[in-house]
Amino acid sequence: MDATTPAALVAARKRRPLRARDVAPYVFVSPFFILFAVFGLFPLLFSAWLAVHEWDPAEGLKAMHFVGLENFRFVLTDPWFHRAVGNTLWLSVATALPQHLVALPLAAFVHEKIRRGRDLVVGAYFVPYITSSVAIALIFSTLLSRDYGAVNALLAELTRVPLLGSFMPDHPIDWLGDAHYAKPTVAFVVFWRYLGWNTVLYLSALQTISPELNEAATLDGASPVRRFFHVTVPLLRPMIYFAVTLSIIGSLQLFEEPFILVDIEQGVSQSVMTLAIFMYRLAFGEGDFGAASAVSWLVFALIVALAWLNARLFGREGRGE
Amino acid sequence: MKRRRFAASLGSCLLGRLGAAPAQGVETTLVVASFPDLDRAAQAARAQWARRHPDIEIKLVSRQIADHHTAMTTALATGAGLPDVMALDFRFVGKFGASGGLENLAGPPYDGMALRERFERYAFTQAINKKGELTTLPTDIGPGTLLYRKDLFDQAGVGEAELTASWDSYLAAGRKLKAATGAYLLGDASDLRDILLRAGLHDGEGLYFDADGHVLVESARFVRAFEMSLQAHRDGIEGRAQPWSNDWVAGLKRGRIATQLMGAWLTGHLRNWIAPDQAGRWRSAPLPGGAFASYGGSFYAIPKQAQHKALAWEFVKLLCADREVQLQSLRVLDSFPALLEAQQDASMAAPIPYLGGQRARVMWRDIAAKVPAIPVNRYDAVATDVIRDAFEQVVSQGVAVRDALRDARVLIEHRARWR
Repeated sequence: MDATTPAALVAARKRRPLRARDVAPYVFVSPFFILFAVFGLFPLLFSAWLAVHEWDPAEGLKAMHFVGLENFRFVLTDPWFHRAVGNTLWLSVATALPQHLVALPLAAFVHEKIRRGRDLVVGAYFVPYITSSVAIALIFSTLLSRDYGAVNALLAELTRVPLLGSFMPDHPIDWLGDAHYAKPTVAFVVFWRYLGWNTVLYLSALQTISPELNEAATLDGASPVRRFFHVTVPLLRPMIYFAVTLSIIGSLQLFEEPFILVDIEQGVSQSVMTLAIFMYRLAFGEGDFGAASAVSWLVFALIVALAWLNARLFGREGRGE
Repeated sequence: MKRRRFAASLGSCLLGRLGAAPAQGVETTLVVASFPDLDRAAQAARAQWARRHPDIEIKLVSRQIADHHTAMTTALATGAGLPDVMALDFRFVGKFGASGGLENLAGPPYDGMALRERFERYAFTQAINKKGELTTLPTDIGPGTLLYRKDLFDQAGVGEAELTASWDSYLAAGRKLKAATGAYLLGDASDLRDILLRAGLHDGEGLYFDADGHVLVESARFVRAFEMSLQAHRDGIEGRAQPWSNDWVAGLKRGRIATQLMGAWLTGHLRNWIAPDQAGRWRSAPLPGGAFASYGGSFYAIPKQAQHKALAWEFVKLLCADREVQLQSLRVLDSFPALLEAQQDASMAAPIPYLGGQRARVMWRDIAAKVPAIPVNRYDAVATDVIRDAFEQVVSQGVAVRDALRDARVLIEHRARWR
């Protein structure tokens, strides 16, 4: 057999001792795979394993008992789980919907009207997104304090204004301590925090739209509002699809804001208990890691279902197909 | 070839470093995991330890209280990173004690049960789990007291006897105080609820569960606690400020909250950072209505997988059962000793300037002796959460007390599924 035929080459390569050059590419790509295996794949598989076991971690790894789907039955029949689902969906709608309804026209306005200092304006909207949660918690709990907060002090001042005063509450509002106000207050903080992020997403998409399209529409006599709804919004559909998907995922995993704003030891914390907080409490408060893992898989199923619904709503156009 | 030589030299270098440690005969290190401020007690005990074991170093690993207990949970789960001595806050004693991951200090080689008579009775009972194992040893306790602003009550014309005669007179005093000074009687109505849940308990009675694990939350004790606390809320004599919240600290600082039902250790917090400028204005009284209860407390345990169990036990005994070290903790932390010998020390009768020169520690000692010994249950924390939520339903949603408690019982039974 000729030494240059492919089969011979393969055979020759097999015989050859392994050289550093052969191994190097695998070594170079290995950090990702090692990190992914340890911090991505293993926790995923472990949580699936845990979801079908009873396990209190304080009892050690040996204390796991296989319980089949019992954790799922337990979670699905738990009144706090139902409440957490309700709270999460409520907060998702109350935070995501205004975010997009405000971010979209805001991005269009910044794109059209602000030329000088645009980066500064965009930066100002983006700052909350990159601010540390601890700083946000400190500032908002100070501003919203019932007896000593600036917001209530302002409302108290406004009661003195004729006409407007009659619309103001006659007693200080317990923004974060009263179940009626805690949820809208948390929703506002989430809205405030992610508005800039969505604005930047839409602004970047707007910059890719050819100005000629808008110019042509203007020549045809379209008003700015008509241009926004009939030229800009349809062309933004892929970005809207992307941004809404991110919001769905983010909302269903909402944890930080309600957790830091309302102390878990307060009775009112129940009214802002999201699925992620419920999961945390089951695991770290009650030591029930099995049930907590079952919750995490149920949240995953919910995210998949809503993301699928979103894809159906925005259709192929939404995905730019 | 060069590369191989480099790898070989690197390997031998690393092995050399690792191998060198025992060869040099470096002393054994005892790892103690704790949290602030309790870590200061272990820190202060270093000197006594060094006199006994100059060759054994104490390595103190301190994390914030919540992080500490999470880290200990993880360490017990994986068996990695376990300390030799583990500090535990009272709230976690039930859960950790039931886990099976801690040494039974009652059995050999430990002599924990021999120490029983030397400790405050109720705290020692808390250290024993359902199986009768002594999994921890108490180091400090929190006899429940009523701390109140004497100056504000003087303005309202209310004396201590009137304030503490009964729970009804306590609430009536609060209404008078609100009318005269505008200050709230209580930081939060839940403070009243929690103490009323404990008032009138007898030895061996559980807070939420009886000895057979039945849920007790529909009993008259819970109904009364809920109804009285709801009344305090309706009367507007509570500030809706949970202990340790910003509003609570601000309320105490500004004299808007006039009493606090809490462990005697709160005096130290008031003096050190909450209201240092109010020295002389506060007083300590027994809890109203002749109630005796405890708030919190700290414990030490030895994990089953600890490296140096004999030394760990010696260190735990030094921290908990050594009179001098206990008194030192009292001086450093203002913590109240769990060891009876330390409670008998003459320094306990010293006046406390912050409390207007009151010799309050003697009173706290008497209170501690009367606190009933209530066993802990691993689901106490779960029940606490559920009861907290039930009370919130009553206060803000207007749910009837008995309905809320019935729902709470169903939920606790659901949650405590692996009983």
